[in-house]
Amino acid sequence: MMITAGIDVGVKTIKAVIVKDNKVIASGIAPSDGFERKKAAEQVWDKVLQQAKLSASDMATVVATGTGKMDVSFAKNNVVEPVADVEAALWLFPPARTVIDVGAEQIRVVKFDETGKVANYTLNQQCGAGLGIFAESMARALAVTLDEMSQLARKSRKEVSINAECGIYASLDAVTLIHDNTAKADIARAVLDAIANKINATANLTNIEQPIVLIGGVALNTGVVEALKKRMGANFLIPKDPELAGALGAALIGASETL
Amino acid sequence: MAVEYWRWPEEEGISTGVDCKKTASITAGVDIGAVSSKAAIMCDGELAAYSIIRTDADSKASAQKAMDKALKAAGLEIGDIRYIVSTGYGRANASFAKKTVTEIACHARGAPYMYGPTVRTILDMGGQDTKAIKSDQYGKVLAFIMNDKCASGTGRGIETFADMVCVPIQDIGQMSLEVDEEPEPVSSTCVTYANSMAIQLMRRAPKNKVLAAYCFSIAWRDYILLQRLANQSGDGSVEKDLAITGGLAKNTGVVSRIERELGFKALPAKKGDPQIAGAVGAAILAAEMVTSGKSR
Repeated sequence: MMITAGIDVGVKTIKAVIVKDNKVIASGIAPSDGFERKKAAEQVWDKVLQQAKLSASDMATVVATGTGKMDVSFAKNNVVEPVADVEAALWLFPPARTVIDVGAEQIRVVKFDETGKVANYTLNQQCGAGLGIFAESMARALAVTLDEMSQLARKSRKEVSINAECGIYASLDAVTLIHDNTAKADIARAVLDAIANKINATANLTNIEQPIVLIGGVALNTGVVEALKKRMGANFLIPKDPELAGALGAALIGASETL
Repeated sequence: MAVEYWRWPEEEGISTGVDCKKTASITAGVDIGAVSSKAAIMCDGELAAYSIIRTDADSKASAQKAMDKALKAAGLEIGDIRYIVSTGYGRANASFAKKTVTEIACHARGAPYMYGPTVRTILDMGGQDTKAIKSDQYGKVLAFIMNDKCASGTGRGIETFADMVCVPIQDIGQMSLEVDEEPEPVSSTCVTYANSMAIQLMRRAPKNKVLAAYCFSIAWRDYILLQRLANQSGDGSVEKDLAITGGLAKNTGVVSRIERELGFKALPAKKGDPQIAGAVGAAILAAEMVTSGKSR
């Protein structure tokens, strides 16, 4: 019997997954709480342990990943994010050859071979930082939730475009549209399209290969996913809990002998 | 539901001792900004009431809502207002206004009323841009410059920052001053960079220090903007009697650092709220339309 855990400490959310004999037996997600990240990670960890009816000493190892991977007091090891992404992608969808992870502040595109060896890897430019964060900022400007923004975008009848290179330019463009009395649905569509354009531009820098797995919080946004499908001319494999994939990958790596 | 650290309170205010019922001329100004919409009502040249709300996806409705809130605070109806001037990004959307004026002209008129007649320089730290304005004793604009489009250390930027670091937006300024040693600014150019550099700084610096570095980076950009205005208008140094307006003027962490770099204090707002300077200027310009007989 082998029980391991992965914990993914992101800018906006912390995710934890416990894997027992190659099966996910418990998982959780909570806000990162800014400067209280360390404590927030411990709280998520306690909850997930309770859910699994296990204690920390039952773990063969705990592997951390994500921006705040060094902040996890109870982790025994850590792994860089693209490696965790690939591990999860291959486990979830064995034929997969590319994984795209879009989170609060980063886009990662990783191409790999059937053994999980990374062949090519691209991060977005710093200018394009703040993907999830940008989406939230625009949702605030439109006074809607992220889910509502996706719903709203479906009702768009007219295509308008906003700058996709830089978050600030994009947000200035969005404000101009608001004061030009552009329909809210059309602005929502334009914001989601801009995000899809950014992801597409990053993906184009990597010589990607299908099948493509899409993970990270943005994979939950149906509006972005639909727009991205059109742009990339590809379908995506999206797991049930795309946000948990990084933590899952870390837990799986803990269980493998590679670490 | 997650805590909304970014949300600042909408507000309204009234001036005691101003009786609109015994007023010969009531005018109003409405400032539809990128992030907030403001309305000000003036009775015979005195600020009677104001409102500050969030601008949402409907620019027209935001204008109407700001106006309605100020009217309600003053106990007035729209029909009581003799003349309304609108300003700001969405100024064309205040259908009830008779005239539109740029926000630069409005700030130059509003600031002397709120901060005193000695105002010669105005720094307007808005929701989505920053302006430095040089004006004369009549509130006339002599020169102005805007921030570079990409260097906006603005209201919307700090909302995103508050959300990311999970510190209430109104507390950032004060907390940023509680450091034993002043850090380097996070970035002097771009707010996206500033936010992502703050993320990196969060991994190794304590909370107040990250807030300090962030506030300093905004203050530094604004200081440079003021210096550029001074150089451009041939003054060499920033003219004293500075009024700082806009929502970020309420962030003491930013304001005190601008003052430190300049080597002098900014004027305090004696009337109203720094965020309504544009709306007050618009209401003053509306009053001038009435007295000059141009209101018909």
